[in-house]
Amino acid sequence: MTSRLDPQPLEWLDRNETYRFTFEGQAYTGFRGDSVTSALLACGQTLLGRSFKYHRPRGALTLANHDVNALMQSADATNIRADVTPLQAGLDLRACNVNGTLVNDRDRFIERLSAFLPVGFYYKTFHKPKRFFPFWERKIREKAGLGSIDTRWTARRQAKSYGFCDLLVIGAGASGMQAALTAADAGLDVVLVDENPRIGGSLDYQLANDADAAPVRERLKTGVEGHANIRVLPSHYAAGWYTDHYVPLSGPTGIIKMRAGAVISATGVMEQPSVFRFNDLPGVMMASGAQRLIARHAIRPGKRAVVLSANGEGYRAALDLLQAGIDVAAVVDLEQGAERGHWASQLAAARIPVIEGHAIYEAQGKGRLERVIVAPFDGHRCNPATAREIPCDLLLMSVGWAPASQLLYQAGARLAYDDTLQQLLPQQLPAGIFACGRLNGAFSLEQRLADGQRAAKDACAHLRGESLQPDLAACRDTRAHSHPWPIIEHPRGKNFIDFDEDLQLKDLVNAAKEGFDNIELIKRFSTIGMGPSQGKHSNMNGIRVLASVIGRSIDETGSTTARPMFHPVPVSDLAGRRFRPERLSALHDRHLGLGAQMMEAGAWLRPEYYGMPDQREPSILREVQAVRTALGLIDVSTLGKIEVMGPDAAKLLDGSYTMRMSTIRTGMTRYALMVDDSGVIVDDGIVGRVAEDRFYVTATTSHSEATYRTLSRHIVEWGLDVRLVNRTGVLAAMNLAGPHARQLLAPLTDIDLAEDAFPYLGMREGQLCGIPVRLIRVGFVGELGYEIHLPVDAAATLWDRLMSAGAEFGIRPFGVEAQRVLRLEKGHIIVGQDTDGLTNPFEAAMAWAVPLKSKPYFVGRPSLALLKARCSRKLIGFRLPKGYSGERPKECHLIIENGEMAGRITSIAYSPSLGQLIGLAMVDLPLAEASLSLSVCVDSGDLIQIEPCALPFYDAEGKRQTADLTEVA
Amino acid sequence: MKLFDCPVIGKRPISEFDYCGEVRRPPLDADETAWADFVFNRNGAPQVLREWWYHRPTGRWYIMERDTLKDEVQRFIDPQEVRYDIPA
Repeated sequence: MTSRLDPQPLEWLDRNETYRFTFEGQAYTGFRGDSVTSALLACGQTLLGRSFKYHRPRGALTLANHDVNALMQSADATNIRADVTPLQAGLDLRACNVNGTLVNDRDRFIERLSAFLPVGFYYKTFHKPKRFFPFWERKIREKAGLGSIDTRWTARRQAKSYGFCDLLVIGAGASGMQAALTAADAGLDVVLVDENPRIGGSLDYQLANDADAAPVRERLKTGVEGHANIRVLPSHYAAGWYTDHYVPLSGPTGIIKMRAGAVISATGVMEQPSVFRFNDLPGVMMASGAQRLIARHAIRPGKRAVVLSANGEGYRAALDLLQAGIDVAAVVDLEQGAERGHWASQLAAARIPVIEGHAIYEAQGKGRLERVIVAPFDGHRCNPATAREIPCDLLLMSVGWAPASQLLYQAGARLAYDDTLQQLLPQQLPAGIFACGRLNGAFSLEQRLADGQRAAKDACAHLRGESLQPDLAACRDTRAHSHPWPIIEHPRGKNFIDFDEDLQLKDLVNAAKEGFDNIELIKRFSTIGMGPSQGKHSNMNGIRVLASVIGRSIDETGSTTARPMFHPVPVSDLAGRRFRPERLSALHDRHLGLGAQMMEAGAWLRPEYYGMPDQREPSILREVQAVRTALGLIDVSTLGKIEVMGPDAAKLLDGSYTMRMSTIRTGMTRYALMVDDSGVIVDDGIVGRVAEDRFYVTATTSHSEATYRTLSRHIVEWGLDVRLVNRTGVLAAMNLAGPHARQLLAPLTDIDLAEDAFPYLGMREGQLCGIPVRLIRVGFVGELGYEIHLPVDAAATLWDRLMSAGAEFGIRPFGVEAQRVLRLEKGHIIVGQDTDGLTNPFEAAMAWAVPLKSKPYFVGRPSLALLKARCSRKLIGFRLPKGYSGERPKECHLIIENGEMAGRITSIAYSPSLGQLIGLAMVDLPLAEASLSLSVCVDSGDLIQIEPCALPFYDAEGKRQTADLTEVA
Repeated sequence: MKLFDCPVIGKRPISEFDYCGEVRRPPLDADETAWADFVFNRNGAPQVLREWWYHRPTGRWYIMERDTLKDEVQRFIDPQEVRYDIPA
């Protein structure tokens, strides 16, 4: 281990646990607590990846989840961010963006073409001639994109959890910890979140060796971790801000959806690179990146260093290098005679040469840094005439900061450029959003602590409901920590602004000169900030360049709002668990016991048929035949069941349904058809009258909630005196249908079942097997049938009694599929299958259900009055010849007339009762009424002839459901 | 997810509510053009609107006056203010 330092006081390593792993086929070891990058650096592997466009060698840069040129690939994951991914035993990694091997990348040649690949090259070159574009697109796609996906994926689900707090503090650095403590002491329930595995923020790397910081670190960390009102969440990052302070916290075990009363953003600043020729060579890194390597992972990032600085922090970094035993050749300060504080004095005492008023003109080296060219700098450009050369293998850049303001922008904050600090700072924050620390321009430790207290007090006042005028500038620094122009032109370029996309200074200048003078336009044309780091180290310099070229201020140039997520979040975490609640009927266990195949129906599971999957067709046929010739029992508990009570109950139902309900006699039911304002069918069911002021309404399985909602709205809208009770869940229902239905029920009930006493469409209440029930004579399946509504608790008992008592009649349970065949034989429609989102009752051949003459009003009546004369299509019945054995038409197959679409099949099934295929089709008029034969285009493309016919197909007079079936059967 | 600040039941996640549009009165005596306008067109301009909100867990309707530009609920409306008679 060539680059590992002796134990550092705050290091994350557990040196007792050694992990073996491989990278690019070679074996390495590291410690628990290493990141992949730090473990590789410890072993002397400084080449970590290749850049996206030119496949240039790249190394470590920030160690802050911005090192997007060190992306790695394992067998089952891609774009692994080596700088922050914790090392695990047995990892087998290779570099992502490599053609061949990392060392011998076959795409290195692309760099030599860079002169011919100006910004916008792809947009300008490949769109003409158009017919070649698919070819070029394939070629470009092969080169573009990062990583490869294992297509033999398995579904992985990561459960989400939900959190609540008064105050969410994002960032556990000095100001964030102070803010959390102050707010928690004031009694708030605080959550403190930080993306790093340990709290402390820059206190633990930038100020790791600073004596003044030690007692503050101790006080804050013990205070925060021991406080009853603070929940600390390390290894979680706030991925985005959503309305009303809803913040997803992404961590190793998935997402916590945190609902906060207020949010303090103490997210700090992101160090920005200096732009000079070959500023991307491995060995050139952010000062803070090197400090992270030293303090967290005990890595010596180089042997002989040069520090480029435009602030006090650079001098602090140079001191840290010295302490780590690294030779510091020089500090190069961009400014002449600037006040750099006590760290600069300490460095002077160590006799380290400081070269003021100079910049790095160029970095040099073959594959990694070997020397830098230092030249005088006047704040705008370098004079290379008097340049000097300094050999070094490490160059730290400490030239400025950009606020980690992504979440503030998402929340609608306004930031403005501050000429004192040379940094974008929050100017106006939305209600409940607060900011403190370096993000807010507080740079010294004292300022950061004071700013954390201020933000916490503001947040407390906000949560108490007090109106406040926060003084955001109260604790801000009075001197700059960023240089306004750390950007050095070079005639031969390769001075990179965006390491994600290999954008050079000239690319942005050219884009601006081509007229892309708006930050949003230049972003899309040049792709600056569109790579994996989302501009975290490129946007600030990009804005500086654009502002300079177009001659406007930073504020006038504007900045872009980074969308969520702040860092990439695995799709499995976003998806969470499959969360689709399923409702089960009280008879669910009975269905399973009888071998039912279950299907989804709205929110419910219902038996599709009873039998083995390979016996689907014969099972359905047997069930149909049982209903037609003996007895069938179907669970219809999923129907909506609503009690409607009150003096205005009849008025409500008259207004809500097409047909008149106020004229139903007590103890009788009527078909109920509901349409919307435009006259489109939305639901059907039955309405039964229990008493003068009391009705019982059923609705279809999937529309029952909406029907309840509609009825309850009409009560408010029309000012009616009605009460509704939705009993869908507390009542079970089953339909006993078949010629023997009455014979079976008669001995079990106290209700008089005689045809005169309880006619078709009648409704009676009484006892059945000692259970209180409501019986309704229904005809949906076209046989003598009794729908039995009863309390769910008793449903299984009654089901068992009916099944055992019905055995002598050959009773069978039947499922949804058999019911579909049975109702189709009767020509009854299913709303949503035979109708669609535009079907009105005239089209559905239900003009009989629209009493325009006798009813002055119901919802949808004005539309239907207009539509009656404009009916343009109609639902008709059709059949295929008996014994037809050709290709079978399916639902949604199109009716074709003269080569044009003229309709579609909505239902089709084999009718065992008729011995042929029958169906319903929605067909354009006048074809629907005039034609003797229609053509259907089936899957193979053939046209099959179907024969329109009258409805219903079976028992046209309805004798079987209305008469005493002992005779007809 | 947004919270909906209902003046009656307090702040609830907006996913508990169905938004059912502006409170409007069907122009029953209107001509065909006016009726079609009522059926098919909605006013989307930012303004203060009276809106129907349905709270599914409780099955209750609320009529709110909401500034659709600022997305702020201003007032809870007594249903008596919006009721109308339908022809019997």
